[in-house]
Amino acid sequence: MNNKYLYEDLLRMSGVNPKKCMRCGKCSATCPAYDEMEYHPHQFVSMVENGDIEPLLNSDSLYKCLTCFACVDRCPRGVEPAKLVEAVRLAAVRKQGANHLKADSVPDMLDDETPQQLIVSAFRKYSK
Amino acid sequence: MQRIGVFVCWCGSNIAGTVDVQAVSDALKNEPGVVFSTNYQYMCSQAGQDMIINAVKEHNLTGIVVCSCSPRMHEATFRRTAQAAGLNPYMVEIANIREQCSWVHKDIPTGTEKAIILGKAAVAKVNLNTPLTPGESPVTKRALVIGGGIAGIQTALDIADAGFPVDIVEKKPTIGGKMAQLDKTFPTLDCAACILTPKMVDVAQNDKIRIFSYSEVTDVKGFVGNFDVTIKKNARYVKEDICTGCGACVEKCPMKKVPNEFNLGMDNRSAIYIPFAQAVPKVATIDPNACNMLKNGKCGLCARVCAAGAIDYTQKDEYIEEKYGAIVVATGFNPISMDKFDEFAYNQSKDVITSLEFERLTNAAGPTAGKLLRPSDGKHPHTIVFVQCVGSRCDACAEKGKEYCSKICCMYTAKHAMLTRDKYPDTDVYVFYIDVRTPGKNFDEFYRRAVEEYGVHYVKGMVGKVVPEGDKLKVQASDLLENKQLHIDADLVVLAAAIEPDKSARPLATMLTASMDTNDFFTEAHPKLRPVESPTAGVFLSGACQGPKDIPETVSQAGAAASKVIGLLAKDKLTGNPCIAHSNELMCNGCSSCERVCPYGAITYEDKEFRMPDRTTLVRRIAVVNPAVCQGCGACTVACPSGAMDLHGFASGQIMAEVDAICK
Ligand SMILES: Cc1cc2nc3c(=O)[nH]c(=O)nc-3n(C[C@H](O)[C@H](O)[C@H](O)COP(=O)(O)OP(=O)(O)OC[C@H]3O[C@@H](n4cnc5c(N)ncnc54)[C@H](O)[C@@H]3O)c2cc1C
Ligand code: SF4
Ligand code: SF4
Ligand code: SF4
Ligand code: SF4
Repeated sequence: MNNKYLYEDLLRMSGVNPKKCMRCGKCSATCPAYDEMEYHPHQFVSMVENGDIEPLLNSDSLYKCLTCFACVDRCPRGVEPAKLVEAVRLAAVRKQGANHLKADSVPDMLDDETPQQLIVSAFRKYSK
Repeated sequence: MQRIGVFVCWCGSNIAGTVDVQAVSDALKNEPGVVFSTNYQYMCSQAGQDMIINAVKEHNLTGIVVCSCSPRMHEATFRRTAQAAGLNPYMVEIANIREQCSWVHKDIPTGTEKAIILGKAAVAKVNLNTPLTPGESPVTKRALVIGGGIAGIQTALDIADAGFPVDIVEKKPTIGGKMAQLDKTFPTLDCAACILTPKMVDVAQNDKIRIFSYSEVTDVKGFVGNFDVTIKKNARYVKEDICTGCGACVEKCPMKKVPNEFNLGMDNRSAIYIPFAQAVPKVATIDPNACNMLKNGKCGLCARVCAAGAIDYTQKDEYIEEKYGAIVVATGFNPISMDKFDEFAYNQSKDVITSLEFERLTNAAGPTAGKLLRPSDGKHPHTIVFVQCVGSRCDACAEKGKEYCSKICCMYTAKHAMLTRDKYPDTDVYVFYIDVRTPGKNFDEFYRRAVEEYGVHYVKGMVGKVVPEGDKLKVQASDLLENKQLHIDADLVVLAAAIEPDKSARPLATMLTASMDTNDFFTEAHPKLRPVESPTAGVFLSGACQGPKDIPETVSQAGAAASKVIGLLAKDKLTGNPCIAHSNELMCNGCSSCERVCPYGAITYEDKEFRMPDRTTLVRRIAVVNPAVCQGCGACTVACPSGAMDLHGFASGQIMAEVDAICK
């Protein structure tokens, strides 16, 4: 595994044990953001397990997960895929200069309906 | 002083791999009483046993310590060896240096040190052993079978065939179990009724078999060969011996809106009912929660129409006491509740059903007379989605699912899918699976036929949610091989629900002192070598109460359990266990503590005259143990405040000597 350090970090940050996954696909079957994602919840689990983490770090899928926790609720094995997605997302945004959301780009995204709370949460989630 | 021989077994590398066996036999040589000590590769082999016999003769041994595997494995073997050498078999002690030592330790110094300590304890005990002679007890030549599904039916028929009387206690109004509810059965697709109902009739006609239907076991006392069982016959308000099963009452009963449990609530029955046409016994039963007469004294119609005069509104529950030599548990299984699986919308839509409901929907005697129609609107479904492993292989939440594979659902789902495509070729059938598990004779071929000949769409993946919308069920699922999320508009969704043991099994196990696993399946005495016996002597296991099973497996196990019962009942006497309790009458103060804790009711009290100084006498109440009933559990020895109770073979002095040897 070329990413042993990162792999262990992800498991520690998420508390997820990907070896518990039995490849049933219920997480991806339940995911409302499925169509938006390049890598689907079950792939996060198997790719992290195989140390195939780089493609995940660079994928937009990280920011498509709604953190709705449907996958966490439904997984028969208690794997909690969303926590793994979250950990990979954190690993990505913690890299030097890898903020996914920059203050400069916010004004363009705003409209009258966007609640302030959302912007604050988005910063928490997508930037350092 | 004893002359003790010590025999340390290597168990191949099982023990010798982590225990220095030579060091153990050397160390034990110097223990008090030991006159001979050796080690050998396989002590239980013929050569090993001969070694023991020769040593007994050569060194005039009076006691033997074997340092080997668990006594559950070979204590009986080495007791026989001792007997062959002319020793009393109870002069043998086993030091368990395998399961409790070599298997749990990784390095040789620790393993060796512990093995020596365990050996010393056994030597200390043998020093205090005395020869014991087991008593004998008679065998009641009658068997009890609890549960009247296919397991119980087959066991009872086989026992009766050997000439022994058998009673079946079934809690439902009829025997038959789940198999009576099935339509056709894998792998040969013969109809369940055609192969089951003849067996039910055989049971009814066999003069060696009595059926206690609508009954439960409420109390079990005694021990192997001599069980005293109380059976509660619930009042069915119909005299069983008079009712002819004509059904006139059922027709006339005005209370017609009671959910019919036999059809899993998909249609209604009346307050007085016969579960199905081939029921055995074919006798009506009044449901006291639905009958107007029983609830408020208004009606009485059935009594008026019954030509035989069988209706009796004053009937009471009846308790029957009977003696048995052996008990077979055959309490079967049930599908788990789907209440906690909101994602499949089982409680929201009538068209989301379980596989057992599907069986009733396709059964010619079911609520739709065998036509596959949607429960909601009675229309023929064109797209059906089957979901496997619902609640099975699920260790995320114990309240929701079961960690084990339910074993039967892959096969019955293939059956359902195949039969649907056969009868209704215009129907699209999807099966969502995690794995397809079809080990078994002709099983995988059966599943492949569903795919190759019948065109069932097998999709690797799970259904994530089902949402009722209009008259459709929107199914969202994974296709893992295509890496796609599928959206299917289904007319019917069928859930292969996990199965679990009957809820009554746990209290029954307590009554029988039979052990269960964490899932409430009964545990077998040995998973490989004694699969149909419970660890409790005289209690045997048959069918799905021991673990998920299909019919072929259930029937084989039922026959195996029957043969074990026959082997037991064929004996005139059973050799008891001499390691039983006895009270010291000089110390006993008659306080009754021991009687209260004895689970077998082995202790009684008697007034005994004692001579006192000056020629006076004193009458004192003292405990007496019935040696035929005592099982040597030792509960009384702990409860006795004056130290009057002790166990033969496990005397307090012997146990303390062991503890001393360990702590030295
Ligand atoms: C949907 C479905 C389809 C199936 N299809 C097939 C198939 O095609 N082929 C196949 O081989 N197998 C099939 N099976 C499996 C089959 O049903 C079981 O193998 C079989 O019923 C097991 O028999 P049993 O006697 O052990 O248990 P059960 O059939 O459950 O019988 C147990 C009996 O004991 C009674 N009982 C329970 N507790 C007590 C108590 N405390 N006191 C008195 N009585 C009690 C119950 O009322 C019941 O009558 C299917 C199962 C399901 C759920
Ligand atoms: S639901 Fe759980 S077990 Fe199934 S594929 Fe997803 S993570 Fe693995
Ligand atoms: S938490 Fe994320 S990955 Fe999980 S179901 Fe929701 S959107 Fe999909
Ligand atoms: S007495 Fe009860 S069971 Fe009989 S007909 Fe009336 S309601 Fe039905
Ligand atoms: S038998 Fe098949 S469907 Fe049933 S739990 Fe096992 S794998 Fe799942």
